[in-house]
Amino acid sequence: MSGTGFTPNEMMTIAASRALKNDDVCFVGIGAPSAACNVARLTHAPDITLIYESGTIGTAPDVLPLSIGDGELCETAVTTVAVPEMFRYWLQGGRISIGFLGAAQLDKFGNINTTVIGDYFHPKTRLPGGGGAPEIATSSKEIYITMAQTKRGMVEKIDFFTSFGHGEGGDHRKRLGIDTSGPTLLITDLAIWKPDPVTKEFTVVSLHPGVTRQQVQESCGWVVKFAEALDETPAPSELELNTLRDLQARTRAAHEGTGKAKAA
Amino acid sequence: MVKFLPLKQAVAENLNNGDTVAFEGFTHLIPTAAAHEAIRQGFRDLTLIRMTPDLIYDQMIGMGMAKKIVFSYVGNPGVGLLRRARDAIENGFPRSIEVEEHSHAGMANAYEAGAAGLPCAVFRGYRGAGLAAVNPNIKSVTCPFTGEVLAAVPSIRPDVTFIHAQKADKKGNVLVEGIIGIQKEAVLAAKRAVVTVEEVADNFDDLHPNLTVLPRWTIAAISVVPGGSHPSYAHGYYARDNAAYLEWDEIAADREKFQAWMQANVIEKSAGDFAGRVEHLRKAA
Repeated sequence: MSGTGFTPNEMMTIAASRALKNDDVCFVGIGAPSAACNVARLTHAPDITLIYESGTIGTAPDVLPLSIGDGELCETAVTTVAVPEMFRYWLQGGRISIGFLGAAQLDKFGNINTTVIGDYFHPKTRLPGGGGAPEIATSSKEIYITMAQTKRGMVEKIDFFTSFGHGEGGDHRKRLGIDTSGPTLLITDLAIWKPDPVTKEFTVVSLHPGVTRQQVQESCGWVVKFAEALDETPAPSELELNTLRDLQARTRAAHEGTGKAKAA
Repeated sequence: MVKFLPLKQAVAENLNNGDTVAFEGFTHLIPTAAAHEAIRQGFRDLTLIRMTPDLIYDQMIGMGMAKKIVFSYVGNPGVGLLRRARDAIENGFPRSIEVEEHSHAGMANAYEAGAAGLPCAVFRGYRGAGLAAVNPNIKSVTCPFTGEVLAAVPSIRPDVTFIHAQKADKKGNVLVEGIIGIQKEAVLAAKRAVVTVEEVADNFDDLHPNLTVLPRWTIAAISVVPGGSHPSYAHGYYARDNAAYLEWDEIAADREKFQAWMQANVIEKSAGDFAGRVEHLRKAA
């Protein structure tokens, strides 16, 4: 995307950050969700509550953590609680407004696989697994998902249900007794997607600047539905872009720093 | 009653072949020195329990010590996959291992139930998730009051739990602070607990009473091992060695490279080497 001054990944992270509100309480996954949540905190949502599953509540790291338990998350938190308390009182207790997840495989109903590629008992690739995600997906009031689009990642049928989205669509969540909204937003490097109000199938509602419908379809494993009134995502502002780049530069320096000192 | 012992002796007295063992630590205070001592002593047929198996379980699995792992996230956080664990699961190398997989919520509740002396944990979990279909230890119960169907998992009761903590006092009470993870529950759920600490203080008279302290009579043995959680970290003592986590991905990717690294950095080393490994990570006072 030369000439426009930002990369698709930067657009994705910034579009995701815009979705977060100042009064949100957000359960943050590592990677793109973590970058998006912290850009939101450093721009339009300074009071957003970020929670990592290590138990840090209201954390404000200066650099992006490599893991969900980096020391800085604890040092800058309002409070840090034990892991059982995190999952019992705060997540299961209904205190989280947004669960922000990434995915290795995703289907059009927002179901996520981060467990295995292939058969569970004889996997082609054993992925790390769900960690906190199975319950984040059902106990957070809403789920936002962010991932870069590929045909291998966005598939008609995921190999394993690590986290339940809208299942087979429609009222499937309700039929399982799940009373939270599930995935309400998908932000990729090409577009913003929202579930159809009835079928719950993710539908493209906004294309990022310069992106075509064809590009979205070519990097997606299912037949893409587009909203009738398709928006264009506003390009990143200078403030948003500088905030993200500064954050990533600080993060790179911090994570490389220990390695250099060690070699010395 | 708790004994202060050199790590070699603490491990030898408390771990046995075939044990169910938890080396716990949720990204912080991971008991690396204790795990390396167990590797040096060559235990076999262990059932390894941990929410986030991480590097030390990758190392123990790669050395063929595990017959089963119980976990909720078998990754190298922020880096990727645990390659020795993958090799065991995908290819049965160096031996096949049995896998029991949960979510973090499932494991946390199961430890808590173990600490509480209950047979199982009940929580709102696994709804719509595939794990319930592949793990026979995930069942459901119906609330007798509301009729709500809830998840049930058996409590975790390790033969022995190892943790790392900031300090002990001279009586053997142990202080844990920062990200306290699941360590307290893992100690109280176990038949025996071994704690490595950064240092020993005369007493805890100055501590705030709300800090997490494990009373001395909940612990079998304490070993003083400064730096004992490297490349993890000890809040207030030294920072996480993120570069080492990134490097591990390359080391573990190759079977021979892994063996050579283990020989040089674990088999031929001792607990005393950990202090030197964290020297450059200690914060300026």
